[in-house]
Amino acid sequence: MKKSAFFGALTVAGFAAAMASAGTLDDVKAKGFLQCGVSTGLVGFAAPDSNGNWAGFDVSLCRAVAAAVLGDPQAVKFTPTTGKTRFTALASGEVDMLARNTTWTFSRDVDLKFTFDGINYYDGQGFMVPKSLGVSSAKELDGATVCIQTGTTTELNLADFFRSNKMKYEPVPIETNAEARQQFLAGACDVYTTDRSGLAATRATFENPDNFVVLPEVISKEPLGPLTRQGDDQWSDIVRWTLNALISAEELGITSANIDELAKGTNNPEINRILGTEGNLGGMLGLDKKWAYNAIKAGGNYGEIFEKYIGEKTAIGLSRGLNAQWKDGGLIYSPPFR
Amino acid sequence: MSAFTDPPKESFRLGMLIYDTRYRSMTIQIVALIAFLAGAAWLVNNAATNLAALGKPLQFSFLWEPSGYDINQRLIEYNSQSPHIRAAFVGLINTLIIAVMGCTTATILGVIIGVLRLSKNWLVSKLMTVYIETFRNVPVLLWIVFTMAIFIETMPAPREFRSGAATMKLFDTVAFTNRGFYIPEPLFSNSLGNIDVFGAFKISNDLLAVVAVLIISFLLQRAVKRRADKIQEATGIRPVTWWQRIGLMFIPIVILLYALGFHLGYPELKGFNFKGGIHLRNSLISLWIALSLYTAAFIAEAVRAGIMAVSKGQTEAAFALGLTASQTTNLVILPQALRVIIPPLISQYLNLTKNSSLAIAVGYMDITGTLAGITLNQTGREMETLILLMLVYLTISLSISSVMNWYNNSVKLKER
Repeated sequence: MKKSAFFGALTVAGFAAAMASAGTLDDVKAKGFLQCGVSTGLVGFAAPDSNGNWAGFDVSLCRAVAAAVLGDPQAVKFTPTTGKTRFTALASGEVDMLARNTTWTFSRDVDLKFTFDGINYYDGQGFMVPKSLGVSSAKELDGATVCIQTGTTTELNLADFFRSNKMKYEPVPIETNAEARQQFLAGACDVYTTDRSGLAATRATFENPDNFVVLPEVISKEPLGPLTRQGDDQWSDIVRWTLNALISAEELGITSANIDELAKGTNNPEINRILGTEGNLGGMLGLDKKWAYNAIKAGGNYGEIFEKYIGEKTAIGLSRGLNAQWKDGGLIYSPPFR
Repeated sequence: MSAFTDPPKESFRLGMLIYDTRYRSMTIQIVALIAFLAGAAWLVNNAATNLAALGKPLQFSFLWEPSGYDINQRLIEYNSQSPHIRAAFVGLINTLIIAVMGCTTATILGVIIGVLRLSKNWLVSKLMTVYIETFRNVPVLLWIVFTMAIFIETMPAPREFRSGAATMKLFDTVAFTNRGFYIPEPLFSNSLGNIDVFGAFKISNDLLAVVAVLIISFLLQRAVKRRADKIQEATGIRPVTWWQRIGLMFIPIVILLYALGFHLGYPELKGFNFKGGIHLRNSLISLWIALSLYTAAFIAEAVRAGIMAVSKGQTEAAFALGLTASQTTNLVILPQALRVIIPPLISQYLNLTKNSSLAIAVGYMDITGTLAGITLNQTGREMETLILLMLVYLTISLSISSVMNWYNNSVKLKER
């Protein structure tokens, strides 16, 4: 029994790894849909609506890639992954790409053998507490009980933060955002810590969001982005440049409203190159000429997606901040299309 | 004329391996073995090649790198600078704690419930039937999550103790909160210190002293009892020894505790949480309760089966011989029932231990949570950590079953 379980595990790893080495682009084209790893439900970033359709900031990136590769933004199947299961899911070939609030770090890029294909959200780790706790700074949290999602960089940052400030804490490891919500609201932990965007998204789902505050300290850099398996450069390029196309589209003023107009040809050669009316950038990626047109058409440009799902007009209410275009003082910057 | 001919010398032909019944079964077994080994070798080779292709050959050096994460419940010294292997040990100890606690309570509950289910009282036996059927027919994961949810939602948060909405129980010594129970801890003002074991972890000398004195007292009072038995056998008169035995059992430990300056440290609300005392975390308690109640349902059935397996004639015969009810139970029924109960009990212990790997559902940091959870995730070494984890569970399970098998041998029918 034990033996068979052991070999079973080996088989799974064996087959999975065998799959992983094939060209992901061909795989996706062959099966006719993109398998995208997202979070288990973080409103604004990736959550199913009442009809079971996934929507959100990260989900839009999956849809853009599906549109670029297959021409159909609906040709995506979503795999909800926890902080713990996401890397195994990607490494084993269960998903073709991950768009799941994943922090780009050295060890994940180098040691875990993934390729990060850019940054779609510049984040940092923060703390949320109930107002009634009377805490105004993270430095006052000595001895607090902290809810934390296990298997994340936040877990390591938290240990470092408390150690370097010579404070003690009691970690309460939890697997999903929903569990954290339950424990935090019941007062089983004083503090909930994760990326500030995640805190804002979680807070937005509370009955009385005003009873909770996000403390001012940002204790880490959390550049979040999509990632793919290392060693499949063509596929990584597709994901990277789909994201860049969305970013450049905002910079160049291509929106879902005017894209059809612009696709007829403009005076701006870069817009023409992106939309496929000039040159053949799509062909170089192994895709259709209209790849970027399809990707942008799927959900709009980067700015539109941001405003629709997590922007200031939504319940989550995140301002652009670091995530504004570089010309507006932010860090969002795409290399040129040429 | 008769001619004697030797029976024709049969030369060995290859076909005989299949057509000769003397060799056939051997042939089939060898072929099956070769096929099995080849299959296994292919799987191992496939895994190794593919891991190498991924750039992640099998290696265990990551175990000695700093883990970087904290663990709330730790019985040996550990912080985020300790290596992964130490985190795995912290998890292993937590697994063993829950396994021992769970098996103990599940056995006690299971025996009581199993006996009560056989009760002649209609209400009691039906209640026990309902209990057994509800618990063993719902997945244990649901019970664990359910217990935790009840715990978190119904118990008061520590801050309610400050406002007076909740108070400490049992003369202000115990606090029941939704973060767990805080109970008084034993402290020694004249502590003997700790000893280092291989520099890896520390054992309190006070604890060792207490355990040693208890064992010696127990052995001494057994010696007194045996002497009394001997005198009784020789002379027919049993000397009165109850005061000697009670004295031997309690006086040395009281003297030792007094010498060590034993006192209790009470939990107190300071800052965000209670400080002092022993913190039994909500994750530990809900996991413990859920696993115990779930496994107790199965053990109860084993106990019932064991008792019912002893024929009624045995009881009647014992009564006819003039044995009292308790003597009948202890000397006639139980020894025979145990033979039936022990083997299924072993598998229930194994089940409970393996089910404890669901701990992460409530955030209890057992070895699945540390080694195959956070360590796996932070280092990306799936194959290595899972192999280690399987070896650990295999070792624990084999140890449990060898101990239980030894016990089973000691109670089973002696055939001569």
